[in-house]
Amino acid sequence: MRRLRYRKIVSQVMLILTALCALMAIATLIVILGYIIVGGLRSISWDFLVNNPKPIGEPHSGIANAIIGTLILVGLGSLIGMPVGIFAGLYLAEFGQNKLGFALRFFIDTLIGVPSIVIGVFVWTVMVRPMGHFSAWAGATALGIMMMPIVARTTEEMIRLVPQSLREAALALGAPVWRVSLGVVLRAAAPGVATGAMLAIARVAGETAPLLFTALALNYLSTDLNQPMASLTFQIYYYAGSPYDEWHAQAWAATLVLMTLILSINIAVRFLTRKKF
Amino acid sequence: MSTPTPTIAPRFAPPARAAPSSRETKIAVDGLDFYYGRAQALHNISVEIPERLVMAFIGPSGCGKTTFLRTLNRMNDVIPGTRVEGNVLIDGQDIYAPGADVVELRRKVGMVFQKSNPFPKSIFDNVAYGLKINRVTSSRSELQARVEEALIDAALWNEVKDRLKTSALSLSGGQQQRLCIARALAIRPKVILMDEPASALDPIATSKIEELIFDLKKQYTIVIVTHNMQQAARVSDLTAFFLLGKLIEVNTTEKLFTAPDEKLTEDYVTGRFG
Repeated sequence: MRRLRYRKIVSQVMLILTALCALMAIATLIVILGYIIVGGLRSISWDFLVNNPKPIGEPHSGIANAIIGTLILVGLGSLIGMPVGIFAGLYLAEFGQNKLGFALRFFIDTLIGVPSIVIGVFVWTVMVRPMGHFSAWAGATALGIMMMPIVARTTEEMIRLVPQSLREAALALGAPVWRVSLGVVLRAAAPGVATGAMLAIARVAGETAPLLFTALALNYLSTDLNQPMASLTFQIYYYAGSPYDEWHAQAWAATLVLMTLILSINIAVRFLTRKKF
Repeated sequence: MSTPTPTIAPRFAPPARAAPSSRETKIAVDGLDFYYGRAQALHNISVEIPERLVMAFIGPSGCGKTTFLRTLNRMNDVIPGTRVEGNVLIDGQDIYAPGADVVELRRKVGMVFQKSNPFPKSIFDNVAYGLKINRVTSSRSELQARVEEALIDAALWNEVKDRLKTSALSLSGGQQQRLCIARALAIRPKVILMDEPASALDPIATSKIEELIFDLKKQYTIVIVTHNMQQAARVSDLTAFFLLGKLIEVNTTEKLFTAPDEKLTEDYVTGRFG
């Protein structure tokens, strides 16, 4: 009897302990979100979303240029990084059981671990310096390079989850290997691949370092890809480091906008790729 | 349990005697050895399968019957490190010849797997898949007609005709397996390989599949692997008994189960081992 009671108590203690740890883990998230929402809502307004930045002291200053800039940079970065990443992942999962595959996997893992500032400096060396100026192209390239290995690895993991029986079913119907890979395997893995892609977007949309040396910033709205381009992260970095309270408030608001943007991309893709079958 | 010694020469009834009536040979296998890496899984298999009847492969687990079945449409090619020696002729053509078109082969030799494996698509798209990738049909209406025909042949049409657009995964296990049969039938193969198609199904679903096999042999040559000796006795015309990677005996089903030529076969079918 005593042993049973002892065991039950230990079980309860452990249960409470693990629950507390779980709470602690999400508590950080809740606190961060709370700060951003409270701080952001205080200074956000319609003007803030649709106007460009104005000199300090002038009313109705906004970050429209940075919102558009982030969307362009991340969008263009995705166009550069995702196709390469997805096909690389497909190769690794379906045909990468050889020396080349192992080598590629090692390099991709290394690339994931490369600090983002290094990628920024690299792109500065190979693009910005030869071109002679900062540009959105360079910024998008830096983001694309960052996305590539993340997308490749998550795609590989997702494709590995597709049961072998599905491949055999398609092969047995006379499907050539490339059609099985693209039409059956990749499609079956699509929701997972999209989730991985979203993670990559969420990851790079919050990056400042690779943009410092590439897209830099711009104080007005521009869609010229050969010119520097504003971004939310740079704007936050710049405003938060300034000595002005007004800009601090705007940094909070810009952070809220960035969080909302990333969250809504996430929700949209979840919605679009939810299981149809 | 008696262990076969390597000295047992494979002895088979010649197909002319084995077949109920004289038929063309659809599949002719001669001296087939198969290796998973270094392990030899099949030893010197030779057998002839006549067209438009059902041949069953029986034998205990791990005896190589599924491996052998999968050599007939080169499905083992997808397993790394496998190797085949010997000849497999289908309609007189060596399917392992250099330059043989494996895609063309698999169109001709359809397969139904042990575990039903429908694509995560709609019922219609599952059956249409083979037709689409092989560009069999030229119009939407022709595609629909072929899908309907395949579903009718697989005895599934009445159950699914009102919900062709719903997910194939919403079907029951037995229906899914018949869908997989319909999918294989849609491209009109000459041969259908079935790897224990009813092993995961309940008796009612099993009997539906067995009736189906009985109907299908009018048009197709069917090779079926089964664990279940009663099933082999019910559906097949010819039966081949495998043991430890060797083909011990091929005979008419009736003879193999009542008066087999080999002692090992008799021990197995009477339940003395296996």
